Amino acid sequence: MISLRLEPRAAPARWLGLAVGPAAVVVTFILTLGFVVAAGASPIQAYRTFIVGPLTSRYDGLEVLVAATPLLFTGAAVAIAFRAGYWNIGAEGQLLVGAIAAAWAGTVVGGMPQVLAIAVMIGLGALGGAVWALGPALMRIILGIDEVVTTLLLNPVALLIVTGLLNGPWRNPVTQFPESREIAANAHFPHIIPDSRVNLGLVLALVLIAAAWFVLGRTPIGLRLRATGLSPDAARFAGIGVERIILGAALTSGAMAGLAGVSLVAGINFQLTDGISSGLGYTGIVVATLGALTMPGVILAALFLGDLVVGADSAGLELGVPSQLADIVKGALLLVVISLLVLRRNRIAIRRGTEAKGAV
Amino acid sequence: MTFVSDVAAATLRNATPLVYGTVGETYCERAGILNLGIEGTMYAGAFFGFLAAQTSGSLIVGLLAAIGCGIGAGALMGLLTVTFGTNQHVAGLGTTLFLIGAADFVNRLQFQGSQEQTSIKPFATVNVFGVDVLSQYVLTYVAFLVLVPVAWWVLMRTTLGLNIRAVGENPEAADAAGVSVAHTRYIALLIGGALMGIGGAFFTLAALGSFTLDIIAGRGWVCIALVIFGRWRIGRGVLGALLFAAVYALQLRLRLLPSWSGVPFELLLALPYVVVILALAVSGRNVAYPGAYLKAYRRA
Repeated sequence: MISLRLEPRAAPARWLGLAVGPAAVVVTFILTLGFVVAAGASPIQAYRTFIVGPLTSRYDGLEVLVAATPLLFTGAAVAIAFRAGYWNIGAEGQLLVGAIAAAWAGTVVGGMPQVLAIAVMIGLGALGGAVWALGPALMRIILGIDEVVTTLLLNPVALLIVTGLLNGPWRNPVTQFPESREIAANAHFPHIIPDSRVNLGLVLALVLIAAAWFVLGRTPIGLRLRATGLSPDAARFAGIGVERIILGAALTSGAMAGLAGVSLVAGINFQLTDGISSGLGYTGIVVATLGALTMPGVILAALFLGDLVVGADSAGLELGVPSQLADIVKGALLLVVISLLVLRRNRIAIRRGTEAKGAV
Repeated sequence: MTFVSDVAAATLRNATPLVYGTVGETYCERAGILNLGIEGTMYAGAFFGFLAAQTSGSLIVGLLAAIGCGIGAGALMGLLTVTFGTNQHVAGLGTTLFLIGAADFVNRLQFQGSQEQTSIKPFATVNVFGVDVLSQYVLTYVAFLVLVPVAWWVLMRTTLGLNIRAVGENPEAADAAGVSVAHTRYIALLIGGALMGIGGAFFTLAALGSFTLDIIAGRGWVCIALVIFGRWRIGRGVLGALLFAAVYALQLRLRLLPSWSGVPFELLLALPYVVVILALAVSGRNVAYPGAYLKAYRRA
């Protein structure tokens, strides 16, 4: 009898750290092959369209940056919270509340100079996201209630508020569609690359991620945050105000997620619609995990997933493979990555004969 | 009195999927595994149960397909969290993302989106004593009269239940006593997954007779909250499910009152979720989690 079991390695395998990314992509594609075949497409061609396609034309290549922009925000939001050991799974709701705040702000700043109008939208959007993150953070700190469930439960609540606004007071009076009035022209994020939809949101995301990278890795606050995440008890023993760190991380995370909503309202949609997020907050968890909770990693992962999203859209149009394939791949990729990371710390041992009886 | 009996009947009906989900999640968590795959498992149970019922013409086949889906999802969670010992939060969320993506993908292939799909003739209600309140689906009767007592009895009064609680509380001790931690946790996840699958299928095979996108709408997350609210006890978890369902049924009635017509119904729909969060704030303080909650087990 032969059995497989995991045995801890003496030290994490360094070579696997570099190989995990590409290996995960390959394994994920093999595991999701069945879906492509079921849709009647040739797998090779489908994955070519999926991954390489977006990079072969200028427009699609720039669309990858557009798709990556909200993911940079939500990915960084999740990474910051997770690094502090705070399981904020509410980026989806925080994004939506940020989008609500931005959509409202965008309609009232019409008379302001452009710089001020944009600053107000950014400020209110970040505030909206932070406010949505505040309740679960306080419940965790004061009452000791697990933030996983409270942040999760507020996601459907935020979505219901969006649809409630759009079907009620904010319904477009002209078209009668469930979409809010368009924001003022001076509140639009300026485009930074001509003939594309790449806008100020990308710059804002990269600047904030650079700032987060600096604070996390190079300042005392970052050190305290990482210590809190690694071991709250040890951090408290070392005199770190764990509660304040967690509150700060939760609010920063919420604000970042709220800015994802701003970037969509001010840079792409120019109004609030009920499908504005479609899971970008949850995808932020994939981005953060793929990026190993580091800021450079978040950038790479957001670009890769942006590529997938754009590729899935063209795969839908050209090959008739439903674009929901992107969602399947995101979920599968997340599972494959965490499984492969286990191999960094463990090796697979093959046991023969009676020895295997001890295997769990 | 029709108002009261209407609300009571709707409460039992709305609580049914939550009872399946909450009992299923309780089994997983009592074994030490937080199964955040519940939302996706219920979603997959709802969709694939519907698909199987629609193509085979048999509701029983649909129900079995939903159970099969749930067992598959439980096995996936087992592979990730028990065999590989990965982070349970991420494994559960990834499972949910994958299952919702898979259901939506097949929905798109099969029905070209949710709009044009046909509906099925769902399970009819049965009425045992001729009282309006008791005009319920068989799945509802099974949930309250069979599942809850049996699930309690198995968990608290059988060796399997003792083993599940042992590997969730103190896996080292259970292992030393000769209980296979991995084996027991897999069983708990498979039972839990099967129940979650039924809970999801209740929407498509009984309550609605059709599938719509986002059909679960966070009710899986509600079940996670109810398990904490119930402090990992089946009876208290069911009580929480009834609370959520009662608020849900009440807001459905409120919508019909003329004085509430100005309030967008979505805001009323959000009410039950808010009530659950508030209930947690009152009753979820300083609760004692299962001892090995979130902890993978490896022999030292």
